[in-house]
Amino acid sequence: MLFFSFFKTLVDHEITVELKNEICIRGTLKSVDQFLNMKLDNAGVVEDVRWPHLVSTKDLFIRGSVVRYVHLPSSAVDTQLLEDATRREAEAAKNKAK
Amino acid sequence: MADVEVGVATEVPEPLELVRLCVDEVVIVKLRGDRELKGRLHAYDSHLNLVLGDVEETIYIVDDEDEDVESVRTIKKQSEMLFVRGDSVVLVSPTR
Repeated sequence: MLFFSFFKTLVDHEITVELKNEICIRGTLKSVDQFLNMKLDNAGVVEDVRWPHLVSTKDLFIRGSVVRYVHLPSSAVDTQLLEDATRREAEAAKNKAK
Repeated sequence: MADVEVGVATEVPEPLELVRLCVDEVVIVKLRGDRELKGRLHAYDSHLNLVLGDVEETIYIVDDEDEDVESVRTIKKQSEMLFVRGDSVVLVSPTR
């Protein structure tokens, strides 16, 4: 749930999604779900010469499982908050396992 | 059936405990597809989804045009903040 909440805070930010097949797509994050599927608006392929068949894509849905990386604007990420949330989640998971 | 001791295992730390201790530390992450990341760990979950800051990505490419001459090229990329999906992660290791 941590990363679902995290990505919800990044809605309306410009992100670059790198897929497992090397394609990079840059766009505005419009929505995300629990599987980390994403919807991007005003999306475009970063190297459109290499992937000409994707030039026309504008608004798109990305299945979470095909994502390798998401490049984020560091200005949009509160690292202290993120680390605290991570520790809290780790603690909760540990207590649940007992 | 052998007797199973109950109550002894409660203090055995889980493997993810090691990752928890790496939060806010620089880690090396090996990934599927001959990739490696080095960066500061800001977040993780049980799937090993990660958020790393100030990341250097190294991609290893083996050129084997000739059968006996095998050379490894590397490509380095920088990223200020990176989310990594857990299903690509092979290992996480502290640097110190």
